[in-house]
Amino acid sequence: MESKLIKRKLTEKVIFNILGLFLWASIAILGMIIFFIFKRGIGVISWEFISSMPANGMTEGGILPAILGSFYLVSGAILFATPLGVFAAIYMTEYAKRGRMIRIIRIGVNNLAGVPSVVFGLFGLAVFVKYFNFGVSILSGALTLAIVILPTIIRASEEALMSVPDEYRESSLALGATKWQTIKNVVLPAAIPGILTGCILGVGRVAGETAPIIFTAATFFSMRLPNSVLSEVMALPYHIYALVTTGTFPEKQIPLAYGTAVVLLVLVLLINLVAIIMRIRYSKKIDN
Amino acid sequence: MSKNKMEVKNLDFYYDDFKALKNINIPLEKNKVTALIGPSGCGKSTFLRTLNRMNDLIDGTKVEGDVLFDGKNIYSSEFDVVELRKKVGMVFQQPNPFPKSIYDNVAYGPRIHGIKNNTKLDEIVEKSLKGAALFEEVKDRLNDSALGLSGGQQQRLCIARALAVKPEVLLMDEPASALDPVATAKIEDLIAELKNNYTIVIVTHSMQQAARVSDLTGFFLMGDLVEFDNTDKIFENPADQRTEDYITGRFG
Repeated sequence: MESKLIKRKLTEKVIFNILGLFLWASIAILGMIIFFIFKRGIGVISWEFISSMPANGMTEGGILPAILGSFYLVSGAILFATPLGVFAAIYMTEYAKRGRMIRIIRIGVNNLAGVPSVVFGLFGLAVFVKYFNFGVSILSGALTLAIVILPTIIRASEEALMSVPDEYRESSLALGATKWQTIKNVVLPAAIPGILTGCILGVGRVAGETAPIIFTAATFFSMRLPNSVLSEVMALPYHIYALVTTGTFPEKQIPLAYGTAVVLLVLVLLINLVAIIMRIRYSKKIDN
Repeated sequence: MSKNKMEVKNLDFYYDDFKALKNINIPLEKNKVTALIGPSGCGKSTFLRTLNRMNDLIDGTKVEGDVLFDGKNIYSSEFDVVELRKKVGMVFQQPNPFPKSIYDNVAYGPRIHGIKNNTKLDEIVEKSLKGAALFEEVKDRLNDSALGLSGGQQQRLCIARALAVKPEVLLMDEPASALDPVATAKIEDLIAELKNNYTIVIVTHSMQQAARVSDLTGFFLMGDLVEFDNTDKIFENPADQRTEDYITGRFG
């Protein structure tokens, strides 16, 4: 009896430690990536690096156009994808009857999330660049990226909406509210923190996407800043790719690539931070 | 005008193929409290929810028969369901205030029905909170979150929220089952107060509660309305053996 108990306690301890080990291993990998990128890239970071144009065939100078380009692309993508995704999610959770049709749509959305991003790039090229004749531009790139993040936003919004307790809906309807009044005044406010999270994830994903913008928005090198939504732009992830693969002076350009990676990482982390703060403030406002 | 605010005639109710209510006939008298008792799953809550058409929200349900409100069938296409729910308010088993301030909870109903004037809203909120015997306790913190109130206060807030749209009938689905005895006593006092102005239908698991608060009582069993009569009669001298078995605690 006694020895059985000891054995059970031992197993408990071993399992606990193994699980902990896996957790720390995953965190260590993340830490290593960040450490490695920063170690190689932090040296080139300076105010000049983030505020000036590239110079001397991209062997010197800064990455301002790439930063701005990424900012425009990501903002545009969020602008297009958020209303579309949120309204689609509202329809699926609140209006559509649960049944086969909704299951099929949901499978479709999930599969959309699994499509390789280069395929979206080709789609963008065919539809936005050629068919709608937007050319290689911010507009085409933002629309393509919007499609890339649409499933993330739909799924997160759907989950956020479904986690709103049905009692809220029932008590609102029982007061004589219409369905839309109920959604607008009770369901959406309660779901917004979750929806915001979806958008955060979307931003994080889309800021680093390279393949969808190669054919639709990005240019290798630009002498001037974009001046309309129909301009082609430089973008951070594509700039990294360009510096590493097609440079003529790798010894000068590869450090710049790491510097660009640092900027991209910091930018994504900053965007996430802002959104997380927004989210906390919003849920606090509801609780008090 | 008839003394019945609502009247249920030959009501059958189905969840898909399952017949949950069988040929129910009940008059709901104006300014009276009608209690519905019976064991779990007997159909009393389902019945309550047919009175403000909350069952419409569940897929695969079907209603046959008539439910009259002031003589008009609430299931006919001319009767607007939003209008019905304005006139037939509901308080649920679990206190379920919105995650908004106390004030906004009570003002919610009037606002969705188009009242924007702040003075008027203030008046309605105060009057409704007083009607639910909550005003004195919360008057200094109307802008605090409703979720900070105790369970009993939350339930009275839900009653205030229902009163704010000026209903004529108030449906209560086990309104005190999640509350402690003190809070329950307050709700029961409140019901006695409210019946002066409203017609009340209350579903309850507690037979003592039914005996204390109601004028009329209906006993449900497996989808049948076994007996419906004055509360005194039901508890002192029931006509049906099954009613007697239930109220004396022999089953259920």
